[in-house]
Amino acid sequence: MSRVFAPLAFVAVALFAIAPIIVSHAPYEQTMGLVQKVFYYHVPSAMLMFISAFVCGIASAVFLFKRSAGADRVAVAAGELVVLFGMIVLVTGPLWARKAWGVWWEWDARLTSSLLLWMIFLAYLLVRRYGGPGSEKLAGAMALFGMANVPFVYVSVNYWRTIHPKTSVVMTLGPGMRSAFWFCAVSFGVLYVLLLTLRRRLEDQQAQVERLYLALED
Amino acid sequence: MRQFLRVAWVVMRKDLTVEMRSREIVYTTVFFAASCVLVFAFALVREGRPLEDAAAGILWISIAFAGTLGLGRTFERERHTETLRALMLAPSDRPAIYVGKLLGILALLAVVEAVLIPMIGVLFHAPFMGSPFWLFALLFTGTVGFASVGTLFAAMLVRARSRDVLLPVLLYPITIPVIIAGVRGTAAILQATPDEPMARFWVALLLFFDVVFVTLSLWTFEPLMTE
Amino acid sequence: MSFDFDRLVVDDVSRNFGRRRALTRVSLTCHGGEIVGLLGPNGAGKSTLLAILSTLLAPSSGVVRYGAADARTAGHALRARLGLLGHDLYLYPELTARENLEFFARLYGLAGPRERVTQALTRAGLAERADDMVSGFSRGMRQRLALERALLHAPRLLLLDEPFTGLDDASGQALVARLRGLRHEGAIVVVATHDLDLAEGLLDKVAVLRDGRLLQVSDSAASLRDRYRETIQAAARTADHGRGGASAGRPS
Repeated sequence: MSRVFAPLAFVAVALFAIAPIIVSHAPYEQTMGLVQKVFYYHVPSAMLMFISAFVCGIASAVFLFKRSAGADRVAVAAGELVVLFGMIVLVTGPLWARKAWGVWWEWDARLTSSLLLWMIFLAYLLVRRYGGPGSEKLAGAMALFGMANVPFVYVSVNYWRTIHPKTSVVMTLGPGMRSAFWFCAVSFGVLYVLLLTLRRRLEDQQAQVERLYLALED
Repeated sequence: MRQFLRVAWVVMRKDLTVEMRSREIVYTTVFFAASCVLVFAFALVREGRPLEDAAAGILWISIAFAGTLGLGRTFERERHTETLRALMLAPSDRPAIYVGKLLGILALLAVVEAVLIPMIGVLFHAPFMGSPFWLFALLFTGTVGFASVGTLFAAMLVRARSRDVLLPVLLYPITIPVIIAGVRGTAAILQATPDEPMARFWVALLLFFDVVFVTLSLWTFEPLMTE
Repeated sequence: MSFDFDRLVVDDVSRNFGRRRALTRVSLTCHGGEIVGLLGPNGAGKSTLLAILSTLLAPSSGVVRYGAADARTAGHALRARLGLLGHDLYLYPELTARENLEFFARLYGLAGPRERVTQALTRAGLAERADDMVSGFSRGMRQRLALERALLHAPRLLLLDEPFTGLDDASGQALVARLRGLRHEGAIVVVATHDLDLAEGLLDKVAVLRDGRLLQVSDSAASLRDRYRETIQAAARTADHGRGGASAGRPS
């Protein structure tokens, strides 16, 4: 584990050092100008938030049905990352919205779905923390149900919105923008893997401490 | 299969018998739902009168709140006598117990809705009886969706700490699609000319939700309830 | 789908709750027609062991075998052969005695539920109070009813957690007689109890638990109470020995 960590951290730092330069060199978007550049951090964070939700959901399912404690450790790491990347999405989203549409929040389908998913996994963390003994299973069920809920949330929020003015979030990516976007996506991806591995290692070590305590009793 | 249904039926009958003795949960939950309606009626006003368009929203919010309360109270009763353990000891498929409990909760919510519909209809001048079939379809699929997830979560929280606050914390985010579908579907049929295609869309979504989440609940009930 | 067994084997079972070890490598064998006593101070792990034997709790390591099968391979047919009388009696106070028993009879899918229930009520001495709500019963009456509930399906393995608490002398003796009857029928009875006087002469085997560990009990002719005290004191002495040596290196 520690052999992977150092080079991975180095790569992540390097990528994020270069990223702002790449972003600033990317062409300006016609309508929104400078503010549009938030997109380069906003969208990869959203992608990783959803990916992490699926990782957490699947790991929780493995934990529940195969009783694998290792899967639960992956799940808690992924769950925390959903909340972390979700915070990035929910901060950069309104910042963008304020400049682009004049309001902080506009019930856009994607942003609203992200908020809901964020809250589901925040609840996941709350249960783990305050549920008392045995709360890992409860949280696991929450993650599994949350993951299963993603399509329903998106469809229902999307159709619920039809009474609100349609605001377009999708822009066409010009050629210069595409490379910048993928660069940032890769940077975030590397960061995600790094954080997931680190967090999971922490859980593994904690489990080992518990095992040692128990062995001491023997 | 027959054993499964028998066990579910026996559990449900027991729950209803116990409830009928004191009727505590039924009366208090119905009253609570009615109070919700009044609170919202007074809170959501325009030009000094309650907002008539809010009828659909108030209906589903009251169902959600009353449902959470009823779920908490029902499982608190089982916890108090530790009888959930006795149920888990029975030589049957454990999910049958889940189904029995779910049917009991559905019966409770049916009573609540039977009181709420006329009440909201009268107070907000809402023409619920304009399309009784769609209203019933929405209420049925929506209530099953809400109660299926609620029963599972309430059962698994019986042995947890902070269970009273954790139930809504867990339940509401997961059941938001149910609330959205219920409210928009009900609003569609409450219009001057009921929008049936819209109602049909929302009922279809709810049906899909119900199938997915009842199945998930049946699968996860046993691993969740065993330590 | 029926299943039966005549031997209960607890094989190196441990159970921990987070950092706390509730049971450490407990091994025990019981045969049909035996009454086994689980003795020990409070917090020794008796209730945990009973919960594991009843399949309500899974061991963290080790396995419990019922005959040749374990809990997972035997499936839910196993639970038809188990009976548990827990500390909480698992009765519904809002139902009558008859309704409580009929509910469990139907839940277990027993044939002829009504007759069985009537017989059980007579055995419990509650025939006249059959249609009264359990909430009005005394502790002793509830205990008798709960025992009948646990025995309704004629289990092969009966687990009792402190069944003598709150019973008056006559009820205690009646319970002892009942357990002897069950032994005669070939059941395996495991009783966790503090009441050493009542257990005297009843137990075929004695298992003493302390801090989650099973202790060796002497087979001497001394009374149960003396043997128990001796075992506990010997264990306390060895524990002090070990603690004195290890405390130097133990983190505080």
